[in-house]
Amino acid sequence: MSGATEGVLVERLSAWYGRVQALKEVDMDVPPNRVTAVIGPSGCGKSTLIRCFNRMHETISAARVCGKVILNGVDIYSPEVDPVQIRRSVGMVFQRPNPFPTMSIFDNVAAGIKLTRFHRGSELAESVERSLRRAALWDEVKDKLKDSGVALSGGQQQRLCIARALAVDPGVLLMDEPCSALDPIASYKIEELITELRGDYTIVIVTHNMQQASRVADHTAFMLAGEDGIGKLVEFGETKQVFTNPRDKRTEDYITGRFG
Amino acid sequence: MARLGDRIAEGLVFLAGGAAVLFVALILIFLLREGLPLVRYYSPIPFLTGAEWYPLSGVFGILPLVLGSLLVTAGAVAIALPLGLAVAIYLAEVAPAWIKDVLKPTIELLAGIPSVLLGFVGYAVVATVVKNVFGLPTGLTALTGSIMLAYMALPTIISIADDAIRAVPDDFRHASYALGATRWQTIRAVTVPAAASGILAAIMLGIGRAIGETMTVWMVTGNAAVIPTTILQPVRTMTATIAAEMGETARGSDHYAALFAVGIVLFVMTALINTGADLVLHRMKKKYE
Ligand SMILES: Nc1ncnc2c1ncn2[C@@H]1O[C@H](COP(=O)(O)OP(=O)(O)O)[C@@H](O)[C@H]1O
Ligand SMILES: [Mg+2]
Repeated sequence: MSGATEGVLVERLSAWYGRVQALKEVDMDVPPNRVTAVIGPSGCGKSTLIRCFNRMHETISAARVCGKVILNGVDIYSPEVDPVQIRRSVGMVFQRPNPFPTMSIFDNVAAGIKLTRFHRGSELAESVERSLRRAALWDEVKDKLKDSGVALSGGQQQRLCIARALAVDPGVLLMDEPCSALDPIASYKIEELITELRGDYTIVIVTHNMQQASRVADHTAFMLAGEDGIGKLVEFGETKQVFTNPRDKRTEDYITGRFG
Repeated sequence: MARLGDRIAEGLVFLAGGAAVLFVALILIFLLREGLPLVRYYSPIPFLTGAEWYPLSGVFGILPLVLGSLLVTAGAVAIALPLGLAVAIYLAEVAPAWIKDVLKPTIELLAGIPSVLLGFVGYAVVATVVKNVFGLPTGLTALTGSIMLAYMALPTIISIADDAIRAVPDDFRHASYALGATRWQTIRAVTVPAAASGILAAIMLGIGRAIGETMTVWMVTGNAAVIPTTILQPVRTMTATIAAEMGETARGSDHYAALFAVGIVLFVMTALINTGADLVLHRMKKKYE
């Protein structure tokens, strides 16, 4: 249904906030149509990394990036690329559910479509329904599409945000600790949803929950801030391998709970 | 101990609130006491609908005054609303930090200029410009009043609307950018709607200031008590009428009572605007919270 034929190829990616470097020379090959988890202690640059994948990093003033992020064969940081176009093909879901407070459930999902392309009313309604179904929210909201999105529960709001991101048919979906503000049942539903979406989207999920990573992710990236405080990628591999047979001593220490 | 403190604080707040309500009630009672005796000289229907205001001949039709006030205020809103909103959006969403730091205090300073000084500027400069631009016999027009009132309402509108826009959490801006919205699309579809209730409050406070403003308007609108057909002719507002004529009336006369009756109408109009604003705000809050 969506067109993710390629993953995200990251080459020597570094990122700064003003003079402070947050990410150093990350190389990573995120496989297409699979779920990749990014784990690591707080402050190691996980959010910064995925915010470089849709050029959201540069929305912070004085923030800067160096290196390459290649999506469908194009380096998204090459000068002729429009960041707005990139963000339309890479969806993002945030830590705190953030449906637009002045919009109805319907309008929240339709927001991206209205921005991005010409649409007819009937097509819009179809897209909204399809996205809400994909986000496993349709049955819960189909009778109150005109209600405010803010009236939903936290977990429903987060699924609404997922529907909103899916509505513009992105190939890649970035999720920054999407369950950290949710209760266990709501988190479980999101995990289930991620498993549903696997295969149709290239999903990168940041999580501080290692069980969650081992449940949902095909591949896992482990990050750590070095002595210098700068985040680096320590290990990247199939989830099973990273959790049962880590190559790096620091990964082993982290997953066995010896620090972090 | 803490409980006693709480009790005392509660009591004081209640007293202060009660005092405020009491003052408003007293003002209203005073207006009514001085204004209602007009019915002895002049009946309410011609008072409210009469097109002629000749107080010395005992003719008190306030329609020209009401329309004068409404026209000047509507003109002021039409100027101040787009301008104020644009500046507030610029300050909150676009301007670099150092421009904000200079501009915002400067704008707030403007609010402190005494209105009689603004009246001078309006009379000497703005009226001349209006006269020349539109080729009018006189520059003392409703439009001149609207421009001056807009100028006076702008600091309030800008300052409060800027605060309201800035109070919108970044989460929503980020969500919008992440969908591929440009900065302008984000402002239009997400940030400004999310700040709508605050912006509306800003506008209402601006209007409140404009409709009650007396001195400047009195000085620049020409004070002709005729029903205006365009914004380019002299008008007379309710406030200017009261201010200009109160000194010449004898207490207890028909003219005296008529001016207080004008005050009652002004009071009611202001109360209606405020209530309307409250209702809209309340409905918005209900819808989005
Ligand atoms: N907006 C910002 N401005 C300045 N520094 C930031 C900002 N966001 C994050 N950082 C810094 O960058 C580093 C990495 O942060 P982040 O990517 O948020 O880590 P994580 O998501 O792994 O917890 C941290 O040291 C943090 O203090
Ligand atoms: Mg983070």
